[in-house]
Amino acid sequence: MSLLDRGARAFFLSDLVSGMGLTLRYMFKTPVTINYPYEKGPISPRFRGEHALRRYPSGEERCIACKLCEAICPALAITIEAEPRDDGSRRTTRYDIDMTKCIYCGFCQEACPVDAIVEGPNFEFSTETREELFYNKDKLLANGDRWEAEIAANLAADAPYR
Amino acid sequence: MPKLKIDGIDIEVPPGTTVLQACEMLGVEVPRFCFHERLEIAGNCRMCLVEQEKAPKPIASCAMPAADNMVIHTNSPRARKARQGVMEFLLINHPLDCPICDQGGECDLQDQAMAYGFDRGRYRENKRAVKDKELGPLVKTIMTRCIHCTRCIRFATEIAGVEELGATGRGENMEVGTYVEKALTSELSGNIIDLCPVGALTSKPYAFTARSWELRKTESVDVLDAVGCSIRVDSRGPQVMRVLPRLNEAVNEEWISDKTRFAYDGLTRQRLDRPYVRRDGKLAPATWAEAFGEIARRMEGLAGTQMAAIAGDLADAESMYALRALMDALGSPNRDCRQDGAAIDPAVRASYLFNTTIAGIEAADVCLLVGTNPRWEAPLVNARLRKRWRRGGFEALRLGPEMPLTYDVTELGNDPAALGAIADGSHAAAERLKAAKAPMLIVGMGALARPDGAAVLAAARRVAEACGMVRDGWNGFNVLHTAAARVGGLEAGFVPGAGGRDVAGILGGAASGEIGLVWLLGADEIDMQRLGRAFVVYQGHHGDAGAHRADVILPGAAYTEKDGLYVNMEGRVQEGRRAVFPPGEAREDWKIIRAFSAVIGRPLPFDDLAAVRAALAAAAPLFATRETPAAAGWAAFGAPGPIAAHPFRSPVDDFYMTDAICRASITMAECSELYVRGGVAAHTGTHG
Repeated sequence: MSLLDRGARAFFLSDLVSGMGLTLRYMFKTPVTINYPYEKGPISPRFRGEHALRRYPSGEERCIACKLCEAICPALAITIEAEPRDDGSRRTTRYDIDMTKCIYCGFCQEACPVDAIVEGPNFEFSTETREELFYNKDKLLANGDRWEAEIAANLAADAPYR
Repeated sequence: MPKLKIDGIDIEVPPGTTVLQACEMLGVEVPRFCFHERLEIAGNCRMCLVEQEKAPKPIASCAMPAADNMVIHTNSPRARKARQGVMEFLLINHPLDCPICDQGGECDLQDQAMAYGFDRGRYRENKRAVKDKELGPLVKTIMTRCIHCTRCIRFATEIAGVEELGATGRGENMEVGTYVEKALTSELSGNIIDLCPVGALTSKPYAFTARSWELRKTESVDVLDAVGCSIRVDSRGPQVMRVLPRLNEAVNEEWISDKTRFAYDGLTRQRLDRPYVRRDGKLAPATWAEAFGEIARRMEGLAGTQMAAIAGDLADAESMYALRALMDALGSPNRDCRQDGAAIDPAVRASYLFNTTIAGIEAADVCLLVGTNPRWEAPLVNARLRKRWRRGGFEALRLGPEMPLTYDVTELGNDPAALGAIADGSHAAAERLKAAKAPMLIVGMGALARPDGAAVLAAARRVAEACGMVRDGWNGFNVLHTAAARVGGLEAGFVPGAGGRDVAGILGGAASGEIGLVWLLGADEIDMQRLGRAFVVYQGHHGDAGAHRADVILPGAAYTEKDGLYVNMEGRVQEGRRAVFPPGEAREDWKIIRAFSAVIGRPLPFDDLAAVRAALAAAAPLFATRETPAAAGWAAFGAPGPIAAHPFRSPVDDFYMTDAICRASITMAECSELYVRGGVAAHTGTHG
């Protein structure tokens, strides 16, 4: 029986046909691979990517130099210096993140009382030199300006779960 | 002796003890905001509520005297509930701005809110807002944060002795402030920053620059006056961020003067961070080898007696000892640590010490101030005098310039001859001193640093002897120094050797050409014009008067940058510790001298700090001790003679500008402008 069965299968190439059939079926399904970098997969609102310093809608920077992010950073990647600004408010004069040290744990944005430092949705910030990954305040604020719409949307989406 | 039971433990306490103090004796912590050990009891914050059995309500433990048979529960549900209620009331109006508050991280309210706070607010109305008060260049106010504990008011009134702070309004409308807008005119005003349990009073120069948790804390000692206050230097990286007091009951209790607290910004300005050599009349940067080579070259051909050394007011004992050893090796007896020319007799210890000790002031009942203004020369000694005066039964007499003090003073005029009259008993004050149980006198540098200083010193000794100030167990003769290095220099033997010249002799010799080389160890307070054509080596940390005159500059370390021993005016040896490293190529002072001694082929016999200290202790056994002033034996000192008629004057004309560090400080310059050079009268808030 088994001999006959196996012989018939081999004769009629049924394995090949079923394999080709599977291939044929997948031709009509939506593919799971994407054409990166022209296409990108969905990411969670909680995705912890590149850092950004946000501003208020008025254009005022949010950061108040409380140094809680610096204190909580387990990788000691954040360096802050502060002094009173001319109007008497507490502001940073220096806000550096060493992205080569950062472990993307997200503690900084959890610690921030004013949602100033956030880890945005951007994960494509590789550089050719190491020095380019030492972010200063200007770079972080520029990031914030560039990604504000996405960051705000992500924060709003995540807000009900906090 | 009341016996009471606290949390199930029986305790017997001295009468007059409060329940809160009894709790502390047992190690039971009771939260508090308004209570402070050194201030009078106010009982207005209600945070220290504890439950007393059989009492109808929780009691404020800070204000309740312990009584027999009390049964106290400090952590019962009722006590906790009462405190939680108090905390909720406090937080109704306290802003939630901890992230931008400089007190954040070291705030009593923050800590206690963690223990007794509610996790949400039930108060929906607007919070109270209070206008900030202007208290001068040192204290920043954010009065919305004030919780009305009144510690600052009590400090100003009781300890500082300036009744300028007060509360206006009642209840929610109560505001703490100066009644008319003006800066606090006290040299102790910085202490209200430490006292404030919340962030209502914070340090203006320190504002927003650092957080308490990122500072490295170094326990050290202050050198900006001769009191030797215990301080804690808080630094971050290479910079001193602030200076705070450290508890030392024998010296400064827990206060420090504004100069001690705020002059630290001078440590980063005008610094000498590399050696300089004068070439063609201009100081040019040089290497250590070039600087040492230049000095060695100029030393060639000079006999030991043609060289001299003068130590400044901020020098540590090790460097003075090392320089003395170098001068000995060179054969020079010309050295002096008395820049102002004070006629102090280095042979008799009792003649230059504050023999009564600072804590001993509290046992005195009459004090004669001779040619001194303790408020500016030693604010913490003045605070002790005021503390003694407040207790009652104390009289201060003053023979010297009239300057405002913080206690009542009976003026005896400013005729130096009166000192002789008191000694003879022909002056009315003599009776008062003789009748006293524990009389003391304080001679200031204003009386000793004059040509007839030795005669004044002798007269002061006669007063002390005639009025019974010196007897077994009590020595009421005190010299009030203004320089932190002075007693250390005297103890380390930085005084003219046999046949040596003192400061006046050195300056005279330099002017006449007999002295060819003068080594200034941080000496800035001498008249540089009188150095004539002498070759001047300046070893120090600030570009002040000495550095301008110098031919070679050797950059040294300031007091926060080296481990050093200092002796305060009582003869108390204290250790200063390094908080940060000296800037640039600057080095610790004794190391510079040791390195130079090797260049000229006469290496000094010590290679590390322990060896210097061992050699120093061998030369002067006092330096083997720490924090224990040894009583000095009484002997004759001073040179009896005629005392000139011109009146005494305090050596400190400007409290905020006494040394190179203060002169480089912007904060001190602001204070000097405001408080000393007539600014207070001209810039009050009423002048728009």
